[in-house]
Amino acid sequence: MHLTVNGEDRQFEADPDMPLLWALRDILDVKGPKFGCGVAACGACTVLMNGVPVRSCSYPVGDVDGPITTIEGLATAEALHPVQQAWIEHQVPQCGYCQAGQIMAAVALLSETPQPTDADIDAAMTNLCRCGTYSYIRAAIQTAAQKMEA
Amino acid sequence: MGIGKIARRTFLGIGAVAAGGVAVGYYYYRKPYDNPLEEGLAAGEATFNPYVKIAEDDTITIIAPRAEMGQGIQTTLAALVAEELDVDLHAVRVEHGPSSPAYYNDAMLAEGAPFPWFDEGFMPELMRSGMAVASKFLGLQVTGGSSATIDAFTKMREAGCAARHLLTAAAAERWGVDAATLETASGQVTNPATGESLSYGAFASAAATQELPSDMQLRDRSEWKILGKSPGRVEIAEKVTGGRIFGIDVELPEMLHGTVVISPRFGARAASVSTEAALAVPGVRAVEPIETSTGAGFGIIADHTWAAFQGAEALDVFWEEATYPADDAAITAALEAAFDGDPASKMMDAGDVETALADAPAGEVVEAEYAVPYLAHACLEPMNATAQVADGKATIWTGTQAPGIVQMAVGSLLGIESEDVTVHTTHLGGGFGRRGEVDYPLYAAALAAKTGGRPIKVTWTREEDTRHDVYRPAARARMRAHVVPGEGIQALDMHLASPSIIASVTGRTFPGMGTFGPDKSVVDGAFNQPYTIPNWRVAGYEADIPIPVGFWRSVGNSQNGYFHEAFVDEMAEAAGADPLAFRLAHMGDPRMAPARGVLAKAAEMAGWGREMPAGRGLGIAHVLSFGTWVAEVVEVDATGGEIRIPNVWCAADPGEVLDPDNFRAQMVSGIVFGLSSALGQEITFEEGEVQQWNFWDFDAMRMAQCPTMHVELLENSPRMGGAGEPSMPPSVPALANAIYAATGKRLRRMPFSHEVQFYA
Repeated sequence: MHLTVNGEDRQFEADPDMPLLWALRDILDVKGPKFGCGVAACGACTVLMNGVPVRSCSYPVGDVDGPITTIEGLATAEALHPVQQAWIEHQVPQCGYCQAGQIMAAVALLSETPQPTDADIDAAMTNLCRCGTYSYIRAAIQTAAQKMEA
Repeated sequence: MGIGKIARRTFLGIGAVAAGGVAVGYYYYRKPYDNPLEEGLAAGEATFNPYVKIAEDDTITIIAPRAEMGQGIQTTLAALVAEELDVDLHAVRVEHGPSSPAYYNDAMLAEGAPFPWFDEGFMPELMRSGMAVASKFLGLQVTGGSSATIDAFTKMREAGCAARHLLTAAAAERWGVDAATLETASGQVTNPATGESLSYGAFASAAATQELPSDMQLRDRSEWKILGKSPGRVEIAEKVTGGRIFGIDVELPEMLHGTVVISPRFGARAASVSTEAALAVPGVRAVEPIETSTGAGFGIIADHTWAAFQGAEALDVFWEEATYPADDAAITAALEAAFDGDPASKMMDAGDVETALADAPAGEVVEAEYAVPYLAHACLEPMNATAQVADGKATIWTGTQAPGIVQMAVGSLLGIESEDVTVHTTHLGGGFGRRGEVDYPLYAAALAAKTGGRPIKVTWTREEDTRHDVYRPAARARMRAHVVPGEGIQALDMHLASPSIIASVTGRTFPGMGTFGPDKSVVDGAFNQPYTIPNWRVAGYEADIPIPVGFWRSVGNSQNGYFHEAFVDEMAEAAGADPLAFRLAHMGDPRMAPARGVLAKAAEMAGWGREMPAGRGLGIAHVLSFGTWVAEVVEVDATGGEIRIPNVWCAADPGEVLDPDNFRAQMVSGIVFGLSSALGQEITFEEGEVQQWNFWDFDAMRMAQCPTMHVELLENSPRMGGAGEPSMPPSVPALANAIYAATGKRLRRMPFSHEVQFYA
């Protein structure tokens, strides 16, 4: 089996029914996507496939048909992604466990909808945060939208 | 160890360098514990006390020995040291450090004393100091009770101050000048007379052999450069780049993976098991029985987590029956029955409630019953721990709020000394009190004993996590009051029943240890609130229900704050008074000024008293918990049929604030945690088993439901209060009161979703 993860071609053995999340975490040692629920209910495991957000805990690795981007693949050698920068500016994370998934969902939202309204954010950002950082996430998405437009 | 060294260690504290040069360092406490950093110093590294290490290459490490679970504690603790040490907070390494009694938390136990926080009388102060001494000898390194900053405020600034003095003394010796003429900033010592400047690393070894001056002074607040500002989190980069910082991210050579299937009936064992199907799952290596003081069941040992999860699902087990009230009706009956016995505590018993209520005209008596369910913590990172057992020693890697207790429990399970258990504390993907428990490291240790010395990471499924929590207790309240219209509360009689958290925690963590008197958590948030009422009784009844309960963000305040402040609104209505004015009228005692201050502030922020359109309403509540006074106003919009919460205004007074942005973030976090519980959370039972499994039936607030948050901080309280918990308790009653204002429905049972529909 092979996957393109963050621009790198990775060859490995795995049951095609294994969720993408566990292939990434346990076989490929990509630890950014997190396990939260196993049933696509919390979004901690969100990665991008062909730029589209996927809840990797419930996506069989054998069904992957495009390059995968995880939180580890967002920044360039020179700079963090504008969404990551906005997350720092607003000091969004508390425990931080959901934030890789939140950031990936926000990146996907902004690539689809560069200037999201509050309703767009409500509709796209369905990931669970038990620390309750939603108001900070909302503000950081608006800041990132401005950064990316400039 | 020679006598001389013991003497110095005992009476003066000690500095150390890796090369072996040892001399007097830092007067730490009357009789300090060993500095745990002395072991394992790298070449060229020096340590001055348990909080500071400096290497010749200028790597400066500050130990922040409390669990970082989102509350920002490592940033605040590191800032305490950095402020006095004169280093840039974001240029130093901040580590949790080893598990050691040197990092005991005395502030937490001090506030366990059964007195209101504002009571500074002789007995309360004596009890508090007694508790603090006891915690030192127990060596409790615990993160909880919103106490970490209060505990560290003086001792970690002293650690930074002492290290700076030693470094300056070493520089003075090298340059042959008076130390008082030297200046320090950004990790450098400068001689203004010569312009000569050298970084701390150059003096690290020499500094560890200096004598500490006797006239050290901590800096005045007016000189602070980091504290009182908002420097930003020290671990922010890791948290936006996918840093491998959580327990679940641990990766070790030769590591196996596992999960557990623990009896869904607490305290029960397997009646029969068939492992065939589980062992047939590709990648599953073994199924092993687990038997501990926290639970019994099975562990699956596998090549990767997915195989372990499939093996767990394939395991075929019949469990023994429950030996406790097995469904909600039986649990309710047990709570009600507790009221028939004698109260375990009457921590408030002023005036003569019985006579006052007997004499009250029937039309002036207000009565109500309230109830709350069990609640899970639902940390987003499911419980997990990695363990290795080899050569009679164990090593645990996990996110824990209590590493010393993990050492004791794992040592006891494996039959080895606590000292032979090493705990590496990772970051925590949520804690909220759940990660003060020892069950998940115990299960990992039990499985690690079966792997021939290979490490194993044991990760629970979400379902296992939801169904094997230590729950916020179910609780019930019976209230009666005599309220005189136009005058106020003449008498208030509160009877509160719930299982004892302390008895539950102690029973499973230290079996056979017994308990110590009444459990304050049964009445916390009710008996110690800043009201003046002439006849006032708060009686606590401890229901004997052996379902595991534990510390859940704000603990007893979580339910009693609701009972108390929702009932205050009912009393205000009976008095014909505005809920804000009614509260203020009962807070005349000068010691309650901070309560009046935050209520007035929150009311001003929310525009309290303004005309609200039909279907909209504001609710207010105030709870003092963990030394912080918090008032909240919640806005409810019921005009669409469903309940929406457009705004929450919060004013908090914790006294001195060390990191305002972080403190505000904690207020927001606690409010979302509380509102989440009101929206629909409950843990229910049938046949002794928890009926909830995952976020589909135990969810929390999401983005679209989250109100706009407005938080302001006041600094008038005379002593420093906590941050992590105190905004939770007022959120629920403020919501209940707002729903009443908007809809006319009194909500006396949680979750409120039983009676109203929330927007989702």
